[in-house]
Amino acid sequence: MLETLIVMVVKIGVVFAVLLLVAAYMTWIERKVIADMQVRWGPTRVGPFGLLQPIADGIKLFFKEDLIPGHVDRTLFLLAPALSVVPAMIAFAVIPFGGTTTMFGLLSRPVALQITDIDVGVLYVFGITSLGVYGIVLAGWSSNNKYSLLGGLRSSAQMISYELSMGLAVVGVLILSSSLRLSEIVHAQMGVSWWFGILPLPKWFIFGQPLGFLIFFICALAETNRAPFDLPEAETELVAGFHSEYSSMKFAMFFMAEYANMATASAMATTLFLGGPLGPFGPSPVWFVGKVFLLLFVFIWFRASLPRFRYDQLMTFGWKRLLPLALLNAVGTALLVAVL
Amino acid sequence: MHVPLSAYLILSAYLFVLGVIGVATRRNALIIFMSIELMLNAVNLTFVAFSRFLQSMDGQIFVFFVMAVATAEVAVGLAIILAIYRNRETVDVAELNLLKW
Amino acid sequence: MELVGLEHILFAGLALVAAVSGLLVIVQRHAVYAALFLIITMGSLAGLYVLLEAHFVWAVQVLVYAGAIMVLFLFVIMLLNLPREDVPWAPRDLRRIILAAALSVILLIELALVVGVHGTPAKGPGLMAGFGTTETVGRLLFTKFLFPFEITSVILLIAIVGAMVLAKKHFR
Repeated sequence: MLETLIVMVVKIGVVFAVLLLVAAYMTWIERKVIADMQVRWGPTRVGPFGLLQPIADGIKLFFKEDLIPGHVDRTLFLLAPALSVVPAMIAFAVIPFGGTTTMFGLLSRPVALQITDIDVGVLYVFGITSLGVYGIVLAGWSSNNKYSLLGGLRSSAQMISYELSMGLAVVGVLILSSSLRLSEIVHAQMGVSWWFGILPLPKWFIFGQPLGFLIFFICALAETNRAPFDLPEAETELVAGFHSEYSSMKFAMFFMAEYANMATASAMATTLFLGGPLGPFGPSPVWFVGKVFLLLFVFIWFRASLPRFRYDQLMTFGWKRLLPLALLNAVGTALLVAVL
Repeated sequence: MHVPLSAYLILSAYLFVLGVIGVATRRNALIIFMSIELMLNAVNLTFVAFSRFLQSMDGQIFVFFVMAVATAEVAVGLAIILAIYRNRETVDVAELNLLKW
Repeated sequence: MELVGLEHILFAGLALVAAVSGLLVIVQRHAVYAALFLIITMGSLAGLYVLLEAHFVWAVQVLVYAGAIMVLFLFVIMLLNLPREDVPWAPRDLRRIILAAALSVILLIELALVVGVHGTPAKGPGLMAGFGTTETVGRLLFTKFLFPFEITSVILLIAIVGAMVLAKKHFR
């Protein structure tokens, strides 16, 4: 009983620490990768290869003046960054990031590397990410500033529009795996299947559901307000959107929330489509982290290469193109599974 | 000894009555709407509690339908409130008295 | 550590949060705060559904009610940009409020008496396997409750079309 408790606390601590570290160092990774793509250096001065840049940024943000403008709604103004960060972090509670481990024999029983395994795992993650909309909408409204309000409303309208297609894109995966439990979805992707008799490919759902993966990834881009869907928070539009009035630590929290959301979306895509922690020598956190970083690299790649959508183009794309496609994908998968 | 059914029912009755007071007392149309949602949630709690204590899944299925209908009702109701606001510049239900003699 | 004790503690905590935030919903002056307290109420009800082993229902409660319906509410409140309800309660309003409150309290007493007098049904044998899981709900929805399920999809379609038509701006 005590051992279970300690194991649980250690798992939560490790996941939380890694998530915070990833959110912080994503800034460095992003700046370096975009700089490479644009044939320039990126941060190089602070520490070797600019590795201490996030720490320098953190210290700068910490010491900045924490300005709370006069006519804001104080309670909501202070609550909104927290409402943004918390859902991004707790969505990680059900994602399996490894197989089972005994910590080199220290534990009496093998322990699954997943904080908890609820049987409506997929619905839990979608529910929690839809709670993340509140941080943005309340930040925009409580700032008592028409640009922030418009930016906040636009951003949240975008998020809830793309949530629909994201859910529908996952329906194909659910049909193939017959379960909402994330550990069972990973389990259904074990093994290798031989295509055309000669080509061995792992049984990951990305090969069975390529359209589903594409739709999910595009919707994840829109959910996390990343380019090319980052109109609501681009610096050249509407001042800075919903976080115009925020400074110092609260702004840092919004930033962190965005990167944590990216990490959560990549982790979900890995679990649902890329087999999660599965790999050649058995499931392990190494494969999981590798796949998540691959998807994060693709996130950054999108930002470096594509211009952003105009808002009406964005909404048209979400409702008139992606939603019917996702529906077709779901219906098509169902038909194929019923026939075959 | 588990938590008794009557505890859930009393909580549900209390929330329902709060909703009734909200509808009967407030003048802001949006808050009246929210009180209606509170009543629907209280009824959902009753359904789920009975479903657990009678070991029948029918209660939870009914909750699913209540939620679907509540979603439809909220969408149309908020659209109506928006249309009224555009016409009369107010959502105070005491001001919406055109049909009064 | 007795698990039964934990259930009581959780129920007491969640019920208290639901009761207090429910009360705060109807006494708020500002619509945004009322919406936020309603979200808290719905969240604590989702917790109570977990205690009642309704797994699909709590997930759908968070996903649909707290995650979509209340966002819609907040949108409309913020778009309308309503000020605080500053109107002091006039004497004619006060009479109505007292009458409403008295009748509601009588309703509450009646409900409590019904629960007390008739008692609660005795619990039979244990729950079936898969009680409250999505698989059971799905199975029932597509067999025993197929007709209401299809009708619900028609209702949602009507609601979508109706909301769009009502809220459309007519450019003359």
